[in-house]
Amino acid sequence: MLDTLIERIHAAHENHSPLIIQGGGSKTFYGGADEGEVLGTRKLTGVVDYQPKELVLTARAGTPLAEIEGLLAEQNQMLAFEPPHFGGPATLGGCIAAGLSGPRRPYAGAARDFVLGVRMIDGTGQPLRFGGQVIKNVAGYDVSRLMVGALGTLGLLTEVSLKVLPKPATEATLQFELDEAAAILKMNQWAGQPLPLSATSWHAGLLTVRLSGAASAVQAAQARLGGEALNDAAAFWQRLRDQATPFFDKRSPTSNQGLWRLAVKSTTPPLTVSNRLGGDAQWIEWGGAVRWLVSDRPAATLREAARTAGGHATLFRGDAPLDGAFTPLAPALATLHRNLKQRFDPRGIFNHGRLYPDF
Amino acid sequence: MLSPAFLSQLRKLLPPHCVLNEREDLLPFESDGLAAYRNTPDVVVLPENEAQVAAILKLCHAEKVAVVARGAGTGLSAGALPVDGAVLLVLAKLNRIKAVDPLARTAVVEPGVRNLAISEAVAAHGLYYAPDPSSQIACSIGGNVAENSGGVHCLKYGLTVHNILKLRAWTIDGQLLEIGNDSLDAAGYDLLALMTGSEGMLAVITEVTVKLLPRPERAQVVLAAFDDVAKAGAAVGNIIAAGVIPAGLEMMDRLAIQAAEAFVHAGYPLDCEALLLCEVDGVNEEVSADIYTVRAVLEASGAIEIRTAESEEQRLRFWAGRKAAFPAVGRLAPDYYCMDGTIPRGALPHVLKRISEMSAEYGLAVANVFHAGDGNLHPLILFDANTPGELHKAESFGGKILELCVEVGGTITGEHGVGLEKINQMCTQFSTPELVRFHDVKAAFDPDKLLNPGKAVPELHRCAEWGAMHVHGGQLPHPELPRF
Repeated sequence: MLDTLIERIHAAHENHSPLIIQGGGSKTFYGGADEGEVLGTRKLTGVVDYQPKELVLTARAGTPLAEIEGLLAEQNQMLAFEPPHFGGPATLGGCIAAGLSGPRRPYAGAARDFVLGVRMIDGTGQPLRFGGQVIKNVAGYDVSRLMVGALGTLGLLTEVSLKVLPKPATEATLQFELDEAAAILKMNQWAGQPLPLSATSWHAGLLTVRLSGAASAVQAAQARLGGEALNDAAAFWQRLRDQATPFFDKRSPTSNQGLWRLAVKSTTPPLTVSNRLGGDAQWIEWGGAVRWLVSDRPAATLREAARTAGGHATLFRGDAPLDGAFTPLAPALATLHRNLKQRFDPRGIFNHGRLYPDF
Repeated sequence: MLSPAFLSQLRKLLPPHCVLNEREDLLPFESDGLAAYRNTPDVVVLPENEAQVAAILKLCHAEKVAVVARGAGTGLSAGALPVDGAVLLVLAKLNRIKAVDPLARTAVVEPGVRNLAISEAVAAHGLYYAPDPSSQIACSIGGNVAENSGGVHCLKYGLTVHNILKLRAWTIDGQLLEIGNDSLDAAGYDLLALMTGSEGMLAVITEVTVKLLPRPERAQVVLAAFDDVAKAGAAVGNIIAAGVIPAGLEMMDRLAIQAAEAFVHAGYPLDCEALLLCEVDGVNEEVSADIYTVRAVLEASGAIEIRTAESEEQRLRFWAGRKAAFPAVGRLAPDYYCMDGTIPRGALPHVLKRISEMSAEYGLAVANVFHAGDGNLHPLILFDANTPGELHKAESFGGKILELCVEVGGTITGEHGVGLEKINQMCTQFSTPELVRFHDVKAAFDPDKLLNPGKAVPELHRCAEWGAMHVHGGQLPHPELPRF
C-alpha cells in the first residue's frame, strides 16, 4: 500500500497533477475547496505498536479513530485531546492533518501536544520520518508538529505516533445558570485554581463544567462548586465534540450565514459582534478561548473582532470568503509558509487551496 | 576575524558598554554549560531592547556576518558556542517581565528572564510556570524556547512547547515574526512548534508569552529502593499502567545514589542497586488516592524498601539527593560528561547493561541518573580531562551511548539539544533525505545560513565523512583508543 502511494505521488510530482488527500472524508467541509484526483488513505490501516506502559501508540494514517479509541479503552487509556469525529469514519491521519481537538483541549492539551512522531511522504514522493516513539525528543526541527493542522499541504501522513494517557477514574458534569459575562469570568477563575476541570461550555444561559479524576477528588470539587449534576453527560460532551447539536447546523440556507470559530484570549468579555444575533447564536467552549458564532457578518468584521481579542477567526462551515476559510497571514509569516510549502511540495500537488487559496 | 569597519558600524547601533571586544571581556563567553567546547568570540553584543536586536540583525544580514544567539549560557550541547567571524548576540539584558495576567494565566516576558523568576513573580497569584529544567535558577526563557527545555515534571506538565502561547522573533533580515497569539491556536502552520527547540537556527526571540498553571494543592513523594535495576525499571511501567501520571518519576543507580548520599546526606538507603522517587501532585484527595496506588504498585514490583515523605521537609530531603546528583557525581572524578538520550522505557534494562559493558571497555565509570517517567537517560561519564586522551575517550563513549539509544528506538537528545556536541549522531538518527528537509526548513527562514552556522543539523558532507570513518573497521575516529 505504501509503495502504491509513493508511486502515485511520484507520478503526480512528475506530471504536475494535483492530488486531494482523503481519509474518512469526515471533515471535507473544513478549509477551502481543493482540486485534483483523490488520494485515499483508508487502506493504509493498522495499529503498528501500542505499549500501554510506554503511553505510546503508533498507527497507520488510515486507521479509524474509533478503532484506536476502542483499543485504548481496553487498557483504560485515551486520546486526551478528545478529537472530533464529526459523525463520520474519521481516520488518525485526517485527525492529525486537521489538528482539531475537542472539549478536553484547554485542560489536557491539543492534538499537536500529543504528536510524538510521524512518517510521511513529501511532494516529491520521498518517504520521511520525523520525531519518534519517545516522549522527549529534541533532535532536529519539530517537523512532526509542523504537520499538525497543515491540512496535508506539506505531505501525506502515513503513520503517526501519539502519547496517550490513562482515562480518569471518574467524571462528573455540573450545570449552572449564568449569563455570558459571569460564565466567562467563572471559567477563568476556576482554571486558575487547583480543580480537576476537564471541559467547559456555555450556551443559552447555561454553564456546563466537567470534572475528571479520582472519585474522591471529583466529589470534593463537586461539593465546592455546587451546581446541578447533569445526567447523560457523556452524550452531551460527545455531541459538542462532534458538533451534533442543532446549534452547529442551524445556518439558514437562504442567507450567507456561516459557522464561525473565533479563537480568542479566554478572558475576552462578551463579543459585541455576537449581540445582534442574541445569545442563542453563540456557543462558548475551551474556558472562554473559543466562541462559536452562527453569523452572516462580513468575514472582515469577524476577523477584526477576533484579532482585537488576541486571536483569529475561521469560517468552520459555510461558503468561504475569497481570501479563504482561515485568517490571512501577516506578510512575513505568509512568506515563510510559501517557502516551507515550496520545499516540502515543490510542485504544489497536495491539497491546493485547502489551507490558503494561493497554495 | 571581523573587519574594523564592521565593528565600528556595530558600535553605532549600541551604547559603548553593550559592545565587548577586549579579550578579558570576551573570555566569560567562550563556552556555554558544556565547557569542554570553547572558542573565544570575536565580538559580544548585549542589546538592551528589541529595536537594537533588529538593528544588529539587519547589519549582520547586510554584511553577511553570522550571528550566534545566547541566553544565560547554561545550555549543555555547545549550542551557544561562539563561531569564528560571528557576532555573539547575548540577550541577557532583555530581562523584564512585561505583563502578568492572573485571570488569563499568562505572562509576557523578555527572553533574558530567568525560568524561576517567572514562577516567583506569579507565586502571589497561586500560579507557576511548569517546565523546570534543573538549571532553572539561572537559565533564561529565551534559551528554554530555543532548546524546548523539559525538567523533572514534564511527563505530566509537558515541555516548553506545551507551555508557551506566543513569540515575537526576528528573522536574520530584520523582519518581525509574531508567532502564535493569545488564544490556544493560530491560523496556518504551527510555527510556534517549529521555533521551539530550533536552537537559534531560525530566528531570534525577543518576547515570549508563557502559560501559567495553578499551583497544585499538595505534592507528596514516595521513595523506593530495589535490589535490581530491571525491577525498578519495570516498576515505572507498572505505575503508569495503574493509571497514575506522576508529577516526577526519577531513578538513580548505585553509583549515583552513593555519590548523592555522601554529598547531601538525604538519608537514602545504600544497600540497593536502584532508587526510585515518585512524586504525585494535584488536589488533596487525588494525591491521597495516587499515593495509595503507587505504594501498592511498588510493593508488587518488588521494592525492598518504601518510604513516603510525611512532611514538606522530608519531601525536600528526598529530592535533595536527586537534585544534587550532578554535583555529587562531580566529586567522584575531576570531570564528568552528561549524556541525554531518550529510550522507550521497556529498553532500560538492556541499555543499562550495555552501558555498563561499555564502561568496562572504555575503562571509564558511569553514574546513571534517569528521568524514568519519560525515558530520558542522563548517564554521567567520569573522566579526567588532564589525562591525555581521556576527554576524547569520554566523548567517544558518549557517542556510542547515543547510538545505542537510537538503536533501541529512542533519540540522541531528550532535552539538551544537538548543538555542536551531538551533530555527528544526527547522521545516525536521520537519513539523508530527512536531513535535507531540515536544511530546507532552515533555508525557509535563513537562506544565507547566518544564524548559528554549523549547529543542530549536520551538513551532508559531514555525515558522509563521519559515516566513512565508522564503516572502515581499522579507520575509527579515535585510533588511540584501546578496543576489545
